[in-house]
Amino acid sequence: MAKVPVQFTLNGAEKAEFVDSGTTLLHALRDKIGDTSPKGGCHQGTCGACSVIIDGELRLSCLTLAETCNGAEIRTTSGLAEAGVLHPLQRAFLDAFATQCGFCTPGMIMAAKVLLDHTPNPSREEVVEALSGNICRCTGYEPIIQAVLRAARANSQNAA
Amino acid sequence: MAIRRGRGVAAINYPTGMNLGGDPTQALVHSTPTGNFMVTLSSVDLGQGMKQIMAQICAETIGVPTDRVIIDTADTDTGPHCMGTFASRGTHRAGNAVIQAAKEARQVMLEVAAEELEVNASDLETDGQGNILVKGAPQKSISIFDVALSAHFKRGRSISGRGMFLIPRSYPEKETGAMKPSTCYAHACTVAEVEVDDETGEVTVLTVKNVFEIGRALNPKMVEQQLVGGSWMGISHALYETTEPYYPNRDHGGTDFNQYLMPGPGDLAETEIIVLERPSADGPFGAKGPGEMCANPQIPAVANAVFDAVGVRIDTLPITPERILRALKVQAAS
Repeated sequence: MAKVPVQFTLNGAEKAEFVDSGTTLLHALRDKIGDTSPKGGCHQGTCGACSVIIDGELRLSCLTLAETCNGAEIRTTSGLAEAGVLHPLQRAFLDAFATQCGFCTPGMIMAAKVLLDHTPNPSREEVVEALSGNICRCTGYEPIIQAVLRAARANSQNAA
Repeated sequence: MAIRRGRGVAAINYPTGMNLGGDPTQALVHSTPTGNFMVTLSSVDLGQGMKQIMAQICAETIGVPTDRVIIDTADTDTGPHCMGTFASRGTHRAGNAVIQAAKEARQVMLEVAAEELEVNASDLETDGQGNILVKGAPQKSISIFDVALSAHFKRGRSISGRGMFLIPRSYPEKETGAMKPSTCYAHACTVAEVEVDDETGEVTVLTVKNVFEIGRALNPKMVEQQLVGGSWMGISHALYETTEPYYPNRDHGGTDFNQYLMPGPGDLAETEIIVLERPSADGPFGAKGPGEMCANPQIPAVANAVFDAVGVRIDTLPITPERILRALKVQAAS
């Protein structure tokens, strides 16, 4: 079968790949490009572990075909840290002990980033709503909710 | 038809480890040429933080900062034997093995330092910062870095140690059946408050207050995160999770994540965690196994709270709306 060319930016860097038609963005990112921060949990859009940001919107990369991403700007958790300094959300997840096995963490952080990009000072209810598409087996969610609220506070203090 | 409120309490004892032909874990410790310490294990860190705890245990025993310890839990082909990370046994069994191995390595380290300082090894102590000092004369000292270099390149000594912790198999006494199937019991008590809709059978957990007695908390923040997650899991087991809702009949069992219910971030009960530390006699620095027990007491507490609310005993998990409604129907008929 003929391969399909795909071009997009990933965390600011130009990427070009030939993929099989029907290849998911998750597969292209992990197995073609080598960004393994999006995780393949359920592969059917239920668990949120594969969440990435496409043109500013939260998307499930397991349900997104790579060939639909031409020209898109894609962001993943692996691109959040700048010059070795963790993103405030990553810092907050560490400080709040919001990760155990870590499998859900990149998806949680993506969901939280989109929330904070649109709503810098969210209420607890808004955080819960934003994380409701992401499943965590270990933490009981409360530490994750606290981490997102903590990151929001840190951001508003920096902005002030 | 009404929303009815109930409160339930439950307390548990929970063992550490198991009894299938003995319960061993082995650990090996050796120093690198620059005085870092490598702990080799086959035990696995599932995310509960075993690597951190083992690093703390090794560091405390040898007398170095925790960041001087490297934990390798990679490979059951090449690592020393461990029965595995299950039965809440990781910290207790592997921790005891690491202490034994680290003690042996520490002894060699002190012997090499004694040769360098020309004193008796028994007169030496560590400062926890990476140095070995003469007791009472701390100006006479040597860094562990230099001791390791000396051991490797001058004295031909391997600063290393072997650790093995075994709980032997317990056989039941023929007359009484008495045996010791496990060791080192942790304890917990939970009070749960629920609302039960007696029209729909739906249960909402309002609050869950837990007290856990877990020996000594070797890393209090990591213990807390495990207990918070465990308390949520207990509620999940009580009310939601099953692969066979009509066990042993497989009908209507879930086949994928879409059909496996767990509470999400919007379903959280107000949760309180209190930790009681009663150091265990045989645990590493007094630790017990808090892993599985922290998800247990919520289950009977919720079942008791449901009984308190609507007067029916649900003795099959999970406590689904269907089971409650069926029980209410039987109750109404009798």
